[in-house]
Order: sequence, then structure tokens, then C-alpha cells
Amino acid sequence: MIFLKILNTVLALITAPLLLGIINRTKAFFAGRNGQPLLQPYYDIWKLLNKGSVYSIATSRIFRIGPVVGFSVVLIAAAIVPFGGLPVLLDFQGDLILFAYLFGLSRFFTVLMAMDTASSFEGMGASREVTFSALTEPALLIGLAAIAKYTGYVSLAQIFSSINFDAWLNAAPAFILIGFAFLIVFLSENSRIPVDDPNTHLELTMIHEVMILDHSGPDLAIILYSAAMKMWLLGAILTGIVIPVHSDNVFLNVSAALLFMLLLAVLTGIIESSMARLRLLHVPQLLIGAATLSVLALILILR
Amino acid sequence: MSIFILGLTVILAGGLVSIFLGRRPALASFLAVAGAAVGSIISIFPCFKILLSGIAESMRLEWNVPFGSFFIKIDAISALFLIPIFGLSAIAAVYGMGYLSSYSSRKNLGVHWFFYNLLLIAMALVVVARNGVLFLVSWEIMSLSSFFLVTFEYEQEKTQKAGLIYLIAMHIGTAFLIAFFVLLGNHNGSMDFDKISVLPSSLASILFLLAIVGFGTKAGFMPFHVWLPYAHPAAPSHVSAVMSGVMIKTGIYGLVRTLTLLGTPPEWWCWTLIIIGAVSGVLGVLFALAQHDLKRLLAYHSVENIGIITIGLGVGLLGISKGSPVLVVLGFTGGLFHVINHAVFKGLLFLCAGSILHSCGTGHIDRLGGIIKRMPWTACTFLIGAIAISGLPPLNGFVSEFMIYLGVFKSDTGSGMNELIPSLIVIGSLSLIGGLALACFTKAFGVIFLGLPRSSEAQHAHEAGTCMRFSMVILAACCVILGIFSPLVIRFAENVIPEITSLNTEQIQIELSSASGILNHFVAASLILMGIIGIITVLHKLLFGRRIVREAVTWDCGYARPEPRMQYTATSFAQPLVDLFRFFLRTNKDISRSEDIFPAQSRLNTDTSDICEKYIYQPGFKFLSELLAKLRWLQHGRIQLYILYIALTLLILLIWKLMKA
Repeated sequence: MIFLKILNTVLALITAPLLLGIINRTKAFFAGRNGQPLLQPYYDIWKLLNKGSVYSIATSRIFRIGPVVGFSVVLIAAAIVPFGGLPVLLDFQGDLILFAYLFGLSRFFTVLMAMDTASSFEGMGASREVTFSALTEPALLIGLAAIAKYTGYVSLAQIFSSINFDAWLNAAPAFILIGFAFLIVFLSENSRIPVDDPNTHLELTMIHEVMILDHSGPDLAIILYSAAMKMWLLGAILTGIVIPVHSDNVFLNVSAALLFMLLLAVLTGIIESSMARLRLLHVPQLLIGAATLSVLALILILR
Repeated sequence: MSIFILGLTVILAGGLVSIFLGRRPALASFLAVAGAAVGSIISIFPCFKILLSGIAESMRLEWNVPFGSFFIKIDAISALFLIPIFGLSAIAAVYGMGYLSSYSSRKNLGVHWFFYNLLLIAMALVVVARNGVLFLVSWEIMSLSSFFLVTFEYEQEKTQKAGLIYLIAMHIGTAFLIAFFVLLGNHNGSMDFDKISVLPSSLASILFLLAIVGFGTKAGFMPFHVWLPYAHPAAPSHVSAVMSGVMIKTGIYGLVRTLTLLGTPPEWWCWTLIIIGAVSGVLGVLFALAQHDLKRLLAYHSVENIGIITIGLGVGLLGISKGSPVLVVLGFTGGLFHVINHAVFKGLLFLCAGSILHSCGTGHIDRLGGIIKRMPWTACTFLIGAIAISGLPPLNGFVSEFMIYLGVFKSDTGSGMNELIPSLIVIGSLSLIGGLALACFTKAFGVIFLGLPRSSEAQHAHEAGTCMRFSMVILAACCVILGIFSPLVIRFAENVIPEITSLNTEQIQIELSSASGILNHFVAASLILMGIIGIITVLHKLLFGRRIVREAVTWDCGYARPEPRMQYTATSFAQPLVDLFRFFLRTNKDISRSEDIFPAQSRLNTDTSDICEKYIYQPGFKFLSELLAKLRWLQHGRIQLYILYIALTLLILLIWKLMKA
């Protein structure tokens, strides 16, 4: 049991950067390029970990402690979120609320790090980050409330273990709505198109990338890795809702979940290849739309 | 009880002595602060005892006032509110001694400290009074003494305006409370709170509405909050801390006490509270976001946090009317725990704001920047306060919000509209408040403390003195302690909730134990989080051991000379959200840009005034003054006719009396 619990966290730690690799390969495929190796994100992180660092003279301690806090937060979150029906290290009633707020803590420090550099570009990114995340938060929490109300449980592990095929048959519309809402949350929180473009290096259009413009070396490696972990964890939440596989065979469950994660990464790649980033003024509409989907799901469940 | 009275006497003695020592400001301050601190420490012990044991203590003396009696009683509810009152007031007093020292040549500090100690006593009396007349008298002393504290810098025009608005708002609120107590006393046949008879539901509802307006004005419910953004910035910072941290909570106390007097609540009361809470919470934080002045920003955050507290109370009340122990316990415990938490972190933030004002001479956020390097203590404590008030783990602010969330997530009142609407309003508003509070405090901390100084004041900032640092560090430590020991701290509700509801005590115990158990897990997670942060920080240091670490300017896209003025300001940081919510905020933008083809000076001025003030109070008072202008012919300045009015009135009263007889 304890082995499986640790496996749940370790799986996240090992496989998370792979998602970025898959997304990049998918985008390369659509662009007709060969693309970077699948494992490039690992190489990048390793390369950065071995480099020296340049700090801005404007920065303070906050700039140095920020990446550490962000990484610690994803470690704790990785102990909370179950993947593919595996048991988790930390499981208690209301852990889903802690999960949502832990990312708030890491965001708090990311934004402060950006403000610490005294750069107006990073200030811009920080300002957009807090704007959009304030609108994603209701979508995430109301969506979580909807599944909590449906299953009658308030911890992620119990909720996901009670979402099965019957639940899907009974409340398919609600689950589909939540699925779409969380997909938007997933894209927005992980700074993907259509909210943010991780590829452009034009500071004026970016959100997450611009906030970490002044980070270098190991700090940047930690930030990249934490971002990959965050993507994995939010993907795991989506997997828990969409893939109701709960057989006795742990291997089968995990494989099904991994397969879905692969598809999710490919889907993200397809979205990024096939559409442009929304104008910043239109992003709030998308996010409010996600919140509305969550609200509708809650209404369907509690009617 | 005698220990409690002894403490109050010490506080009063300190205040009285200081008023006669106006010529020796240092001694006057020291004696008054010592009185407040020692008295508070003495009085706080019986409060802890009563809160833990649940055994109330009371005292009743004859009082030569019609309908009045000096009837005071400390039960668990009173004790719960007394602890932050004494705790925060004592800490803020120590801070104030350092903060006011620079004023000693210009102001009579003895008078200031007299009113400070008087305010402390009045707050304590409000919370223990069990007679309507005594309550109103204490309430009025509290309002007046705080008025004199707010108008400390009375020679400034903006302080005069703030004081006037405060005085008027308080008395409008008190008018509703007088009506409240007269109606209640009339029905019960006594102004004492212990003679309760069953109220007819219509009377109970009228009393409930009167209490909402009367106590809501003190607490700062939207739309009765208009005095807060004026009074808090005008007052000296330790006074703002006390007013925002504990004085406005007497409004919450009044509401909770009212609920114990009015019997079983009908469902619409719960809705009223939840909706008032959600509106105050969301609009409070939105207006905070649009402010440029740090203390005004914090004042709007008080409205927000009062909103969160009220949501908690509303959820608890809903539990009473539905008979659901989960909602009762988690709603009330969350709401009341937030009362304590808010006292701690808001007190802390106001004290930090005071240090900034003291050192830079301005609270204008856009004129500060980079002062973390010159004021590390203030920065560190402000950061802790900011994380706590944003409701982020692992600090205390998260725990109280978490409990309210958990109550709604776990509520078991079946399905349908009754279940849907509270879930939707509570979860929707709390999550939105959380996101916006994060935006607001990253803005405040980021622009004030980080980056480069935007003005010479900020460049020459200096760290606060020992007294001030001491108070800030204690409050910051409390934020951490209340978070880490939350499973124990929430046990306070064991004796408080039975005072509010007649729900089965055993059920309350069961729910509370389960909540404590859940919080144990949360604490474990927080401790692991802090541990990991510690370990990784060490690893991080080791990792850098032999690395080349260089320092350079911030990446500036190739500009030749980056300037602090190029930094993002608080106004620009908040702009996307302010624009998004322009329907509520109605920010006034005054742009003058040059139309010439050659560069010339251009400027942008944004100002977000309060919508309630602009669209409710200003037209309302204008209408009232026009209406009353029609009666002006009565006032013509001829004394003979005024005497005639008096004589006529007396005559009419006499005739009326005779006819009745």
C-alpha cells in the first residue's frame, strides 16, 4: 500500500516533463517539422541545473526563495492528487480545497518574483496572471464542488474512486460540462494557448513566460520543472473525472490513466497548432465561460 | 469577575493619570500604555478561563438610570470577543508608544492616550453588558472616544472630514440600535437581556433588520461601510489597527448576541446574511484593488473580511434553521475564527502600514518601492500578513475560510434550490474573493516593497523602532501559531456554539472533533510544506556553492538607461481587473495627452470613489436637505419666538397630560 502511495507521487515526479515533450512533438508534427526529441524537457532541466546564475541587482530575497516555495508546493500537491486510482500519501476531507489554494500560494510567490525585478514587462505578466487566475478560481472550485456534491465525498481520492461508469451514465451531461470547464482551467493555469502562448518570446504578449524572464540557471530549472508538475497534477484531476476505470488490476488502471494523459497532451498540442492565442481582452470571456459551465454542472447535479 | 474589573480599573487609571501629564508626553505615554498593557493582561485571564470552561460569570449592581442596571456577564461569546480586544489593544498600544514619539512636541499625547484607554474599556463593556441602557451607553462611549482618536491630526482638512463622516455614520447606526433596544425592552418588560420571552415572528424580523443596519454600520457591511475608507486612513496607525481589528467586530458581536435573543431564525435571515456577506466580500476586495492609498486599501479589506465573517455566520444560521449540525459547527466556527484571525492579520497590516508612513511619510503606493532592503522587518511581517489575509495556506487566514468552504461542501440538507443556492453563492464568492485578494496583496507588497524606489522618500526609508518592530513580530508570530495550532484553537467553539443555538451539545462535539481531525491533516501538510521549503533552501544554497553567480541589471530589452519610473505601478497592475469590473467600480479616468506631433507632458489620473457614497448617500442627503430646507422658516433667529415655541410645547404637553388623567 505504502509502495503504491509513493508510486503515485514518484510517477508524477518522473513523468511530468514528458507531457511538455509530447506537446512539443505534436506541435512539430502539425508544423511539418521533425521537432525536438521527446525527452528534450529533461535535457533542458538538466542543462539548466548545471549552469551558473545571473541575478538582477534590483532583486531581493523574495526572488531567490520564490522558486523554492513553488517547488515545495507542487511536491505537497503531488502527495494529495491521486492518479489512475492509486492511493495517495495525504488524504483528508477537504483536501481538494487545499489543493486549489496551494497553487494560490505558489502563484503569490511567482507574481512577487516578477515584481521584484523592477521590470515593467514582468509587471505586465504578473498583472495578467492575477487577473486571469482570479477568474479561473471560481471555475475550479465550483467544478470541484459539483463532483463533491454528486459523489457525496469531500476528498479527492474518495471522489475519484466513486466516479465509475454508472456515475457517468447517470450524470453524463454534468460530467461533460465539468470536463470542458476543467479543460479550460487546465489550459489557462498551465499558460497554454488560447490563454497564453508558451512559445513566443515577445514580452508584450506573454503571461507566464514573461514573469520568469529574469530567472536563470538552476532557478529556471526548478521553475520549469514545477510548471511541468503543475500540468501533470491538473491533468490528473481531469483524468480522475474523465476516466472512470476502477478495476482490481492496478496496472490496468494506471495504464488507462497514462493513456488519457498522453491524449490530453496531444490534444493540447493540437489546440496549440490549430488556433491562435485569444486577444487578452477576450480571455476573461473564456474564463467566465468556464465558470458558467461549472455552475451549470452544479445546477444539473443539485436540481 | 473581580479580576476582570481589576484589569479594567488599571486601564482606566493609566488613562486618567496620563491626561494630567500632558506636559510630560513621554511619561504620559508610558504610564497609559503600561496601564493598557498590564490591565489587558490581567483581564484576559478570566476570559480564557471562561472560554475554556464555558461557565459564565455575572455581576449585577443597581444603577440610578431609568430602565438601566449595571448588569454585566461574561459568557463564552463575550470571552471570545474579549480576547482579541485585550490582546490586540495591548500590542497596538506598545506600538503606538513608538509611533507617536515623533508627535510629542506638537500634540498633547496625554489626551490621546486617555481616549485610547477609554476606547478599550468601552469595547470591553459593550461585549459584557447585559442591559440595553448599559449597552447603549458603552456603545456611545466607544463611538465618541474613537472619534477623538480618529481626529488626532485635527488640523488637517481631510481628517476633519473623516471625523465628521465617522461621527454621523456612528450616530445613524446608533439610532437604529436605540429603536432595536426600545422595541425589545418594551416586549420583554425589561432592558436586561436575561428576561427573554418568545417573540412574535413579525417583531423578531423587524428587530433582525434593525440589528443588521445598526450593527452593520459599525461592522462595515456594504452599503453601510462608507465611513471606513475615511476613518481608517485618517487615524494614527495603531488606532486604525484597533478600530479595524477589533472595534468593528463589536458590530459582529452585536449581531451574534442578537441571534441569541431572537429565537429560531426563519430561513430568509440566513439568505440575508449570506448575501450581505457575499456582496460586502466581493465589492470590498474590488474597491480595495482600485485604491492607491495603502490604508484606504486596508480599510476596504476590512469590508471584505467582515463579508467573509458574515458568510460564515449566515452558513451557521442556515444550519440552525435546517437542523444540520455540520453547517452550524463549520459555519459558526469558521466565521468566529475569522473574527480572531482578522484581528491578528489586519492589526498587523495596519501596524506595518504605520511603519511605512512613519518612515517614508507617504502611504501612496505608487510613490514607494524597493523598501524591503531598507525595512526588512516590516517587509517580512507584512508578507506574513499578506499571505494570511489572502487566505493562503499554511497561515491562519486559510483555516477559517477552509472551514466555511468545508461546511458548504459537506452540507447534507438534500438537493434542490435550498442546497444549490448557498453552495453557489458561498463557494463562488469565496473563491472570487480569494483570487482578488491575492491580486490586491501581490499588488500592495510587490509595488511597495519590491523593485526599485519610485521616489526619494522611498529611497531614504528606515526601519521602524524597537517598540513598533516588537508589536509587528508578535502579531506575525500569531498568524503562524493560529494556523499551526488550529485543531486546538477551534475547540473554542465547544462552549460558544451552545450559547448561540439549542442544538444538541453532543452533536456539536462530534462535528467539532471531526473538524479538528481534518485540520490535523492540514497541519501535517503545512508542517511538511515548511519542512520541504527549509530543506530545499539548504539544498539550493549547496547547489550554488561552487557556481558562478553574477549580478546584472534587469533584462530591459536593450534600453540604454532603465529608470525606476519605468516600473509597473500599482495602478497599471490593477488596471485589467479594474476595467473588467468597471460596472461596479466606475473609476474616474482623467487623461490629458498631448495632441501635438512633438512630445509633451501628458498625465493620467484615476480615482475610484465609493459607489454607495456617490449613488446612495450623496443623493439621499441632498434630497433630505432639500426637504428640510422647507422647514427653515421655523428658524429665524428671534429669541422671543423661540421662547414662545417652548412655552407652547409645555402647554400642549400639560393639556395632554391632564386629558389623559
